[in-house]
Amino acid sequence: MSLLQSTQFRPDPSANATRRAWIGAWPEFQNPAAWLVALILVIMPLIANGFFLIEIFATTLILGIIALSLMFLAGYGGMVSLMQLTIAGFAGYMVAVFGMSGNANISLGWPWWLATPMALALATLFGTLGGALAVRTEGIYTIMITLAIGAAFYYFTNQNWTIFNGHTGINTVATPHFWGVDWRSDIAFYYVTLGVAAICYFAVQYVSRAPFGLALQGVRDNSRRMAALGFNPNAHRIAAYAFAAFIAALGGVLQVWNYRQISPGSVSVGACIDVLIIAVVGGITRPIGPFIGALIFVLLRTFALDVLIKFGLDGNRFRLLIGLGFLAIVFWSSDGVIGLWERWRRNASATQSPGGGRHG
Amino acid sequence: MLKGSLGLIALSSLLLSGTAFAQEKIKVGVTATLEGTYTVLGEDGMRGHQTALNVLGKKIGDKELEFVVASTDATPDSAVRAVRKLIEQDKVQILLSPLSGDEGIAVKNFAKTHPELTFVNAASGAQETTYVDPAPNFFRYNMDGAQWQVGLGKYAYETKGYRKIATVGEDYSFIYTQVFGLVLEFCGAGGQVTNRQWVPLGTKDFASVIAALPDDVDAIYLGLGGADAVNFLNQYQQAGGKAHLMGGSIMIDQTILSSKGSAKNALVGTIAASGQADTWEDPGWQKFVKAYQDSFPESKRFPSPSLLATNYYGSTMALILALRQVNGDLSNNQAKLKDALAKIEIDAPNGKIKLDSNRQAIGTNFVTEVVDDGKGALFSKVVKVIPNVNQTLGYDPAVFAKIGLPSRTVPECKKY
Repeated sequence: MSLLQSTQFRPDPSANATRRAWIGAWPEFQNPAAWLVALILVIMPLIANGFFLIEIFATTLILGIIALSLMFLAGYGGMVSLMQLTIAGFAGYMVAVFGMSGNANISLGWPWWLATPMALALATLFGTLGGALAVRTEGIYTIMITLAIGAAFYYFTNQNWTIFNGHTGINTVATPHFWGVDWRSDIAFYYVTLGVAAICYFAVQYVSRAPFGLALQGVRDNSRRMAALGFNPNAHRIAAYAFAAFIAALGGVLQVWNYRQISPGSVSVGACIDVLIIAVVGGITRPIGPFIGALIFVLLRTFALDVLIKFGLDGNRFRLLIGLGFLAIVFWSSDGVIGLWERWRRNASATQSPGGGRHG
Repeated sequence: MLKGSLGLIALSSLLLSGTAFAQEKIKVGVTATLEGTYTVLGEDGMRGHQTALNVLGKKIGDKELEFVVASTDATPDSAVRAVRKLIEQDKVQILLSPLSGDEGIAVKNFAKTHPELTFVNAASGAQETTYVDPAPNFFRYNMDGAQWQVGLGKYAYETKGYRKIATVGEDYSFIYTQVFGLVLEFCGAGGQVTNRQWVPLGTKDFASVIAALPDDVDAIYLGLGGADAVNFLNQYQQAGGKAHLMGGSIMIDQTILSSKGSAKNALVGTIAASGQADTWEDPGWQKFVKAYQDSFPESKRFPSPSLLATNYYGSTMALILALRQVNGDLSNNQAKLKDALAKIEIDAPNGKIKLDSNRQAIGTNFVTEVVDDGKGALFSKVVKVIPNVNQTLGYDPAVFAKIGLPSRTVPECKKY
């Protein structure tokens, strides 16, 4: 980690000081590969049809946003929180409860521009309170307490009929229509998702280099020393939870707009762990990791069944293929796909021109 | 860098090629619960579907049916995701979906966003699916959970002499609908339902549920299915439970009666009601059982088809026959097919089925009792056959509407 940071901040003698600082803060603007990926993402509706656009790429971005919130906590704060999906699900439920849906006896019928901020605020509050509880613990105990919050929420939604409508969940959730655009139509929704994902990505990137993020990383590495320097480690951690909860909540709102329904299956313990898998497979050292992990996850989840049948194998075993895929990635690289990429880049630059090339 | 962009170009060309599909085929998407608690039910549903294809063939005039299968896990989310994948990626024109109650409610709501396509319910049996705000393009050829309980309450009260019962059921729409049907009839006849317990779908530890079962009841009604039912029976037997049992439609079913181990023996003598009875002597049923048995080797099927196999068979049959009536004409947003589906009457293995104005099945129901065939295999034996069961269970629609929608506490135990 510290090695990565130092390579990113390596001074470039050909540029002046301000430019250097700017590049230091936003290294991806220097990287042609990043520009190419951005361009492809922007023109994606020209390349991909409705299914790939929504079911693969928009879903990837949504899951990526939720996993990004975990990456922020785990990567910069050293806190592995399994309740990020629960926060997202909570936001989704709140959109359904405050907004309009097919269950008129539950939904309050607020317009989307009122229901959505309300959902985001409540989910952020929920995440902050959960975080305030979790910061009293460390390591495995943080995982356990956040998992307990996730499991409790799952069983609560499953059994509560007055607000969450039990196992049936809330169907036909209304999605925003304004300026004459149906924002849930495929292309519009893809751009909304892409926009939110980009904002979240750059926000995390920015915060990680802002004084707050640096202090958070200090807390992660040595909280006692930070306390001695006059920082309040727990306040930093709770603030990190609040920030991550807001990001997760954004993902949750997009999720419920995507499927137009939400039910306890969306916030199950299995789904909470899926988010951890996504973050670990992608790599929790950089904000791009969760998005890569999400893409791999979505591709495997969608196509594993088809692939097995194509090879004449028993389609019922497709979960095995998914598991093996993840096992292979984690086995070859303990810091996910990002780690593989870093290592490949390092080897390539070592054999060709030593010291050349930046990371993307 | 170059490698990376080449890879991306290759990927995007792959995406484009995904849109092409053959014209002379009619693509049908099928979902089944091939994951989770109801895996066994989903697998047998697919066997019923396959049996229908073996019997009826896949040809529609000069077109051929092509089926694409997607897996769900009985949660509404998984069903909507699977159906969306089938429609958007596989470009199916007709859906045969889904299997489980809450999936049905979610898919029905989803069907409204695709009015041009046709949805044939595969096996789900929640009342709300077709009773509340039905989708015009959603057709259900199996009865709902309440219809499947018709006859059981009266039989328990009058013939078995049960006066007080308690229920244990999975906490979701299909079981609510089943208990709804049972309570209406049992309490209508004069019985009492003293206690209703609800457990989450996928419960593994039933210790607290078993401990809380009341002693002063004549029988306990079990509305469980799949892995939950087997887990309950194992733990109930270990706890030394001896009460008379009554069963819901997926409790007294080959998915449980053929399970391994001795726990199922607690079910011998249990009375139940369902859309089928394993030992019915009707020639149509016997022919279906034979076709099912001939389609799969003995180790890869149940001794006799489960309710899910029968439902998948019936819905596949209705779809194929209706498609043949219109000669595979899917033009004009499948208007002709929808018309044919709404009017068709099928000779399903479990009796004649026709649809009402909500496109919900009116069919035959069976009261059964579990018997041991002498070789250790359990079957449901017919006690009573009740034809022409409609969704309002014979009540006047206005009276039926007053009862309310099935839930944990509806209906109240009284005579309506």
